[in-house]
Amino acid sequence: MAYVAVSGGKEAIEASIRLLDWYRSGTPLDLELEAIEKKLSLLVDRVMGEAGLYSPAYAALALRQCEGSVEEAVFLLRAYRSTLARRHCTLPADTAGMRVVRRISAAFKDIEGGQMLGATYDYTHRLIRFEADSEGAQSFHDRLRALCAAQPPEPITPCPRVSDTLKRDGLLDVYAENNETPFDVTENLLEFPAPRSARLQTMARADTGFLSGLAYSSLRGFGQVHPTVGELRTGYVELCVPYLFDSTQSIYVGEILITEAECLTEADDRGQLKLALGYGAVFGRNENKAIAMAVVDRELNHPGPNPAQNEEFVLTHGDSLEMNGFLSHLKLPHYVTFQSKLDAVRNTRRQGDESKL
Amino acid sequence: MNPNYNYAFLDEGSKREIRRATLKAVAIPGYQVPFGSRELPIGRGWGTGGIQLTLSLIGPEDVLKVIDQGSDDSVNAVNIKKFVSLCTDVPTTVHTREATLVQTRHRIPEAPMSNRQILVLQVPLPEPLRIVEPREEITKRMHAEKDYAPMWLQLYESLIRYGRVTLSSEYPCMVEGRYLLNPSPIPRFDTPKLNGSECLYLFGAGREKKIYAIPPHTKVQPLAFDDVPFRRETFAGKRCRLCGSENTYLDEMFDAATGERQYQCSDTSYCQEMCAK
Repeated sequence: MAYVAVSGGKEAIEASIRLLDWYRSGTPLDLELEAIEKKLSLLVDRVMGEAGLYSPAYAALALRQCEGSVEEAVFLLRAYRSTLARRHCTLPADTAGMRVVRRISAAFKDIEGGQMLGATYDYTHRLIRFEADSEGAQSFHDRLRALCAAQPPEPITPCPRVSDTLKRDGLLDVYAENNETPFDVTENLLEFPAPRSARLQTMARADTGFLSGLAYSSLRGFGQVHPTVGELRTGYVELCVPYLFDSTQSIYVGEILITEAECLTEADDRGQLKLALGYGAVFGRNENKAIAMAVVDRELNHPGPNPAQNEEFVLTHGDSLEMNGFLSHLKLPHYVTFQSKLDAVRNTRRQGDESKL
Repeated sequence: MNPNYNYAFLDEGSKREIRRATLKAVAIPGYQVPFGSRELPIGRGWGTGGIQLTLSLIGPEDVLKVIDQGSDDSVNAVNIKKFVSLCTDVPTTVHTREATLVQTRHRIPEAPMSNRQILVLQVPLPEPLRIVEPREEITKRMHAEKDYAPMWLQLYESLIRYGRVTLSSEYPCMVEGRYLLNPSPIPRFDTPKLNGSECLYLFGAGREKKIYAIPPHTKVQPLAFDDVPFRRETFAGKRCRLCGSENTYLDEMFDAATGERQYQCSDTSYCQEMCAK
């Protein structure tokens, strides 16, 4: 099948889409949506975060439609998002009241409210299990559910933050609560210097790999920050919208799973030192992204020559949709501009040209 | 037209917001108006700024033409038309004169456009100063202060080094003596068409979230020194192998079988009309 851009574009596109279906139909085995949503949940979390749309079912649907490509799935969700009217804004979610499923601190051995390791691959041995699981999916599911159901339920107690303790000790600056309406980068052009709300929103939606690489560059020496994870917590947060007819009331609309990270670094405090905090929050259990975000958030408070310290550099190059859109556009025909380039190049190479001034 | 989507895909509030930004752009020729660029089912960098302009403007009485590299049948043009017909029932045409709205990438049609037409250009990088200054914060200030010295210096340096201004397409232009504008990657061949035109030119940059405009009868001058005139690409001694035109922008190509070098009009619709004459 020939790729002819100038003519026959329509037929070529139709054939190309049929060929995609051929790839997507590689096996007669079914890939059920529920299985993607519940068994590839970290992938689903990553896609929801980078799309800025919390919907595990639609993320699974998007992933199945595009052979599991993260950027394509993000793309599908973002485009869908554009069709939705924005009817409500939730009230600020109080993550102190999070129903925590994992909470650790690398700063202190013991913390108020306790550490809870929760689910993590950190302490697994990364050995591929070549033998297929002998247990069937149904039995695996039932056994784990039964195991969990047999546990006595723990009461949900709000956990204070590690940083609250440090604030009480006077080691961390305390800021008044900022209740301004956050800048929304999905409805406005980001301008620089950017308000912090725009910075945090942009990073929460950023490509995981981009943010991780930037944070890594900072840790390796292209930056000033080698932080300590003061606290990393994952859990369910309740979302409420204001009740129209009574401003003292709100309506509970559901809960979302998020991961929040607070990183601590030393900072100058007029002749002595203090601690300063970087903050990250992402959808789902995307822990490294939350930590990377906290590192870069902190780094952005140190304007300097390194990439992670340059606000405009960090905030304009990390959006999955934007970076992949512009990279992929290089595949489009560029005959006209290339012709123009050829003309400019050839003109400089003409011998004895009248223009040699 | 798929009834599951709003007319022209975007919700009415978003379309109105884009039209407001467009009106501001028309009121301040050459000034880049920021807007809340929406995500579309088409890739960022694939013409989403132009498509948002088209979607915000299009109505049942319109006739749409979409070209890419001058061609109506190019993959990207076909794809955009397919998307617009998913969410509107607007007829499309290949004939420049029949269209009320023309969306284009990299070309301005050869046939002159009239005052009942709008040409929407897709813009990858709206900032003409980006080649001399990477930071938006600084370029915004440079525009405010009309500080275009680094750009002149860039032209001067290329003259000294190569004896020529080596800028190729998207040649920077001054609009009404006030704002420096990037005309999107149209070839220099098309740049003079921007000056004192009959039609409205709208520029949309989706990824960079900017809209700007050149209204009809606006003075648009490519940057050039008094003693070194602006030059278009030249195709002297060459002609279109299909219609024989000697005054159009030509694509250079190689015969698939023989490898022989050939030229033909980049504007395929114009070429077909010339062949039919």
